[in-house]
Amino acid sequence: MSSMKLPGKMMRFDLHLIASWIEPGARVLDLGCGEGSLLEYLIQHKKVVGSGIEQNESRVAKCIEKGLSVLQGDINVEIEDYPDDSFDYVILSQTLQQVYAPDELIRAMLRIGNKGIVSFPNFSHWRVRLQLLTSGYAPVTRQLPYQWYDTPNIRVITLKDFRKFAREVGYRILKEVAIDAQSTKRAGNIVRAMPDLRANYGIFLITDHC
Amino acid sequence: MSEYTQKDSQGHSVGIVEKKLHTSAEPPGELELECGRKLGPITLAYETYGTLNAEKNNAVLILHALSGDAHVAGFHSAEDEKPGWWDSMVGPEKGIDTNKYFVVCSNIIGSCMGSTGPCAINPKTVMPYGLEFPVVTIGDMVRAQKTLIDALGIKRLLAVVGGSVGGMQVLEWCVRYPDMVAAAIPLATTTRHSALAIAFNEVARQAIMADPHWNNGDYYFGDRPKTGLAVARMIGHVTYLSDESMRLKFGRRLQDKSDFSFSFDPEFQVESYLRHQGKRFVERFDANAFLYITKAADYFDLAKQYGGGSMVEAFSKMDARFLIVSFTSDWLYPTYQSREMVKAIKKTGGDVSFCEIEAEWGHDAFLIPNPRLSGIIGGFLYRVFNETAR
Repeated sequence: MSSMKLPGKMMRFDLHLIASWIEPGARVLDLGCGEGSLLEYLIQHKKVVGSGIEQNESRVAKCIEKGLSVLQGDINVEIEDYPDDSFDYVILSQTLQQVYAPDELIRAMLRIGNKGIVSFPNFSHWRVRLQLLTSGYAPVTRQLPYQWYDTPNIRVITLKDFRKFAREVGYRILKEVAIDAQSTKRAGNIVRAMPDLRANYGIFLITDHC
Repeated sequence: MSEYTQKDSQGHSVGIVEKKLHTSAEPPGELELECGRKLGPITLAYETYGTLNAEKNNAVLILHALSGDAHVAGFHSAEDEKPGWWDSMVGPEKGIDTNKYFVVCSNIIGSCMGSTGPCAINPKTVMPYGLEFPVVTIGDMVRAQKTLIDALGIKRLLAVVGGSVGGMQVLEWCVRYPDMVAAAIPLATTTRHSALAIAFNEVARQAIMADPHWNNGDYYFGDRPKTGLAVARMIGHVTYLSDESMRLKFGRRLQDKSDFSFSFDPEFQVESYLRHQGKRFVERFDANAFLYITKAADYFDLAKQYGGGSMVEAFSKMDARFLIVSFTSDWLYPTYQSREMVKAIKKTGGDVSFCEIEAEWGHDAFLIPNPRLSGIIGGFLYRVFNETAR
């Protein structure tokens, strides 16, 4: 396990990794962009042409105030209006587990974008497995901190599940990284040994081109 | 749009400002209007604040709504009690920062606020135009405004900003002069009136025309159709507010009494408020101007005129970065109408930001001091200035 703290101002570890995959000048769409920290970083450091979609009004307002091109709306609906191949990268960061129709959303991502970047909490982490095994209750973790009845996370996904899904649907995984990080923290580790058990997040770079 | 007279609590005022006049289309170079008739000379009232920089790339054009005027911010004299209609937004260190930008606000043809309109003198007859004034469109208004921007030596506007009927002018600017508009901020507006919006305008026009003093628009030497215009304004006011804002502001409270008087005098607070608004409006506005401007707004149909019915086609003719803003309680131009614009811009591959601001104030929300609105307009302008001007 290699511990690292990436440079740059306060940005989450996973977002730094995503940013490192994107080449300068790329056209980027961030789905569920929050307050726009990833977009802001990409514009400043990678000179990307970036825009975002976010549902929450005050987060949208924060983004626009920062000088980002962001529109308010539901990602599942808003994604439909873009012409094919409008972007080099379409990013769905830590939102997949909250999407009602993930397969349709990913298909739309790869229609409007050349490549897709998808990240999500790994439900096969050993702590999750252990909790379910020993307690018998639906796991509640730092990454998935809700009870079954109030969780926005309606999908349970593991790193293996995603690999299988990509294989079955015919998406190519160009890059994959498993990490051990806290969602709000800058610091984190890349997990190389036994990622399915030891990583709490997975990030995948996918394409539908052969 | 309503009038909101409260002075802005944050930021400074642009101070004492002056109304200026720009005249174009002097005969024989009259402006050929969309209706086929010619109009000239045309005078437009306008105001400017801040300084046009040497590169002339920091100009922001503000366009006003139905009953507005060129007086956006500041005061006309030291004794002036009331600042311009968007003083909360325009000024040093405000959303549209006059320390950074050169702000121009232009009145429209058809208006009675210093520009050529039905109450102006027809040079041919040396009498007020009245109904002799040709029916003008939003496109005609914008073409006249372009002569002003040309005369100011501005080749490309950093941004064009406007709410309501002002937002229609913003869209018209973008489609008619795409090379001249780097960015656009249409607020609480629409690409075309719904049947509901036309219906309210028609009821308001009928109120004016049913007033015997209206006299087919020929009233400038006698009694003016004050009752009709006041009722028209009252109708307008209802559409600018919302169920929620009226409930919070008035509820069913009575004015200066605790029980019903069993008469038709104004008793409910909402009644006296509307009567007061109507009465104040007739002191400053011309009934014929109201007819002409509402008609222009009803005729406006961006997709029909510029896209053969397709909104995407119409927006594909534009080249501006967009910030579109709607308000949750605006039932005159509801959010779905702004979303239609957003959708069309996305389909053209254009740059669009969109925010639906939670506000209880109905259509008028864009006029009311709102840190969120100021923040996003400020941030957006800052970005487009950095992206386009440097």
